[in-house]
Amino acid sequence: MSRTLVVVGNGMVSHRLVEAVRAEDVDGAWRVVVLAEEPRPAYDRVGLSSYVGSWDAAALELAGSRYDGDDLVELRLGDPVARIDREAKVVTTEAGFEQAYDALVLATGSYPFVPPVPGRDLPGCFVYRTVEDLDAIRTAADDARSHRGRAAGAVIGGGLLGLEAAKALRDMGMSPHVIEMAPRLMPIQVDEGGGALLKRLVEGLDVTVHTGTSTSEIVADRGRLLAKLGNGTELDLDLIVFSAGIRPRDQLAREAGLDIGERGGVIVDDRCRTSDPAIYAVGEVAAVEGTCYGLVAPGYTMAEIVAAQLAAGNDEATFPGADLSTKLKLLGVDVASFGDAHATTEGSLEVVVNDAVAGTYKKLVVSDDTKTLLGGILVGDASEYNTLRPMVGSELPGDPASIIAPAGGDGGGIGVDALPDEAQICSCNNVTKGQIKGAITEQGCDTVPKVKACTNAGTGCGSCVTMLPKLLASCGVEVSKSLCEHFTQSRAELFEIVAATRITTFSELIAKHGTGSGCAICKPAVASILASMAPVIGADGHILSGDQAGLQDTNDRFLANMQRNGTYSVVPRVPGGEITPDKLIVLGEVAKDFGLYTKITGGQRVDLFGATVDQLPHIWKRLVEAGFESGHAYGKALRTVKSCVGSTWCRYGVQDSVGMAVALELRYRGLRSPHKLKSAVSGCARECAEARSKDFGIIATDKGWNLYVCGNGGMTPRHADLIASDVDDETLIKLIDRFLMFYIRTADRLQRTASWLEELEGGLDHLREVIVDDKLGICAELEDAMAAHVANYADEWKGVLDDPDKLARFTSFVNAPGTPDPTITFREEREQKVPVSLGIPAVAGTEGRA
Amino acid sequence: MTVTDARTWTAVCELARIPVAAGVAALLPGGEQVAVFRTEADDVYAIGNIDPIGGAAVLSRGIVGDADGVPVVASPLYKERFDLRTGECLDGDASVPTYPVRITEGVVHVGSV
Repeated sequence: MSRTLVVVGNGMVSHRLVEAVRAEDVDGAWRVVVLAEEPRPAYDRVGLSSYVGSWDAAALELAGSRYDGDDLVELRLGDPVARIDREAKVVTTEAGFEQAYDALVLATGSYPFVPPVPGRDLPGCFVYRTVEDLDAIRTAADDARSHRGRAAGAVIGGGLLGLEAAKALRDMGMSPHVIEMAPRLMPIQVDEGGGALLKRLVEGLDVTVHTGTSTSEIVADRGRLLAKLGNGTELDLDLIVFSAGIRPRDQLAREAGLDIGERGGVIVDDRCRTSDPAIYAVGEVAAVEGTCYGLVAPGYTMAEIVAAQLAAGNDEATFPGADLSTKLKLLGVDVASFGDAHATTEGSLEVVVNDAVAGTYKKLVVSDDTKTLLGGILVGDASEYNTLRPMVGSELPGDPASIIAPAGGDGGGIGVDALPDEAQICSCNNVTKGQIKGAITEQGCDTVPKVKACTNAGTGCGSCVTMLPKLLASCGVEVSKSLCEHFTQSRAELFEIVAATRITTFSELIAKHGTGSGCAICKPAVASILASMAPVIGADGHILSGDQAGLQDTNDRFLANMQRNGTYSVVPRVPGGEITPDKLIVLGEVAKDFGLYTKITGGQRVDLFGATVDQLPHIWKRLVEAGFESGHAYGKALRTVKSCVGSTWCRYGVQDSVGMAVALELRYRGLRSPHKLKSAVSGCARECAEARSKDFGIIATDKGWNLYVCGNGGMTPRHADLIASDVDDETLIKLIDRFLMFYIRTADRLQRTASWLEELEGGLDHLREVIVDDKLGICAELEDAMAAHVANYADEWKGVLDDPDKLARFTSFVNAPGTPDPTITFREEREQKVPVSLGIPAVAGTEGRA
Repeated sequence: MTVTDARTWTAVCELARIPVAAGVAALLPGGEQVAVFRTEADDVYAIGNIDPIGGAAVLSRGIVGDADGVPVVASPLYKERFDLRTGECLDGDASVPTYPVRITEGVVHVGSV
């Protein structure tokens, strides 16, 4: 009979615990009941500030936090536990629900500490911890804006959480004040020098910093708030956010009589066991041997230790202590602190490089013989963090000053080779260099995605992803970016070469920048670059013109999709999936006249199968005359923009999704890209068009459109990520223009947007900086390139029909025009014709391919 | 040198009709299909048109290039490469027949095997 595990609390650590129990409990010995106070499934509290702007709480949700399809997990939301009866082993919720347990895990987290300032309970005073807190702050900000045009806000607390809260206020359009009692910002992580630079950088971002002073009183003042600071300053405000630290939520445990630490927190041993053998505590509420940890990584470690004991009966794992190193981007400023950052070790020495001009502060703390790294602080540029942090406790590869010296050429910094095997590379998932090396050398992981999948390294915050190619290289796995044996350059590099030199032919490109005569890898890749760039570099825009024809891959070569028997399928464009009855009849008639098998595609159009090479121009002549054009189903290009019926017909639609889908499909038709591009537009949040499974998906809101990018279906499905919300038509199109052109410029050959994003340094944040904030200053150029594409679009099939040279290539036999290929035969199945294969055994793995 | 030629030669097309680094398909009198390629270096090769792995008469529609200097065509079905000189597959245990080629007065002829 199964036993019951009750988990009190449903934050990030609780979710990790449940996942670990379910992964390790192979026999299903435990039924898990999660009792949550918050009304929603577990979400990324660390990333809470990203909720501002998108206001999409679902986007914060942790993967798998709904436990869909898992009958052994029961999640009760919005009903906190009120008491624990340890004798009866029963918990009771506030709503009166009773649940017996065999084992109980307390994962109640913490609550925000609000200093005892008079007036702290006035309306307009908030804390910063949950989605609901941010909703309340937003309402107050909107209210203030509607009265006075602009809201004024302040954050009390200048630590890590305070600066996160300041970012949230800034993202809501305020110029917040930050009030910190200590003489500098982030006093725990940085020293005086680092704090001074941090203050300067943060103030440059429209934040007013008050350090070394506290708030002595808050008073209501004609509908607003007046905050009086200890240094005599008075601030007129609409709202105040307290973010001055956290305290463990140990109330339940106290009332149940469990041992509590002197400074709060449920006392547990190094296996997270409380004073009651049936009860464990993990995360911020746990005081492991007396110490509470306010970071998520130690909480995850605790969750796994408890899961191993419960589900696998393994009580060997003990809490190893936590690495409190942190690397953050706060308000866009890099801050990192690791090891003995404040040089408390006896005899330790500090080496500081403080570059006021570059806006960077770097400090290393080393042992008295200057050989061993003990810790450090980086402000303004934390790029060395990934290599330095794992070296704490080991010998430095050189003179400490040279390691943090401004990089003159390639002099500064140290490589991944210098790290010991036990150095932790991924601190989110506790993966060491040795484990990653093992995955590469013993398990044959030879690409970054494989290493990520195998070790979990880089799947948390992603900051260590840039180390993985270096580790692959140091294990002798060549992560060559060479396109093929003919070009040492990557696709992105060739793109830049073509853009800069305006070379318009493959033969010139390979003669000047490659070797040999090319192959089935580089020829289509270059053909795609030439086609994407044609209007900019002045190449002939038709992909079958001149020497471009011989470069095209199988399908592009005949502007149709080759099927297994060498015949082709034909897919005319049906923008947005909207088609008149007359045009639908034409498709039927053409299919009937040429004897084609017909099927409705997933992209809301009609596919006509079984055309021979010489039939293609005749079929297209009929289609073009009826007003059809190429659907580019054969190209690494925009395929379709699917749509639901939208506000025109649907009772629930809030925008004209069909109209937008048609406009987008017509705008981007014919755009050649590193891989196929799919899109969809949904007219409301019900998402009937499945837009989040597309490379770019658009979902209507009552204020405009939400844009999601880098999703796909296929073998490795991935939901697209929200990149902009509530934008108008014009902004939406501008953002998609930039997104597509940036992808076309920088992706590898045959790399879909999803894996492109996966490998993009800096991930979604970087993408947003580039295409929304124009951090690289290239948006105008990207938009111009797209404008040129739109202006120069012409139907490829019409181009063939109008050109006798191109038409001449559509012949089965050059010495017997008109003779059909005798090897092509058909039989009938379900009233339509289907191909008969030649009787040559199919290659393994291709049998049954549809 | 005079050689008595017992082969049957079939005229395929003018050399100019085959684009550089591309192929065409031709029908031999016995119903066999050949794929005739013209390489970058202007060499002309003829091999069987049927891809023995994919099982369709498509090799003439593949991309022509080189692998370490060896002239090859990549099948348009699953991309296996075939050596244009020998018909051997570089990426699998398969081969296609090869045919002699001669160019007379600008016209490409393929000989019977």
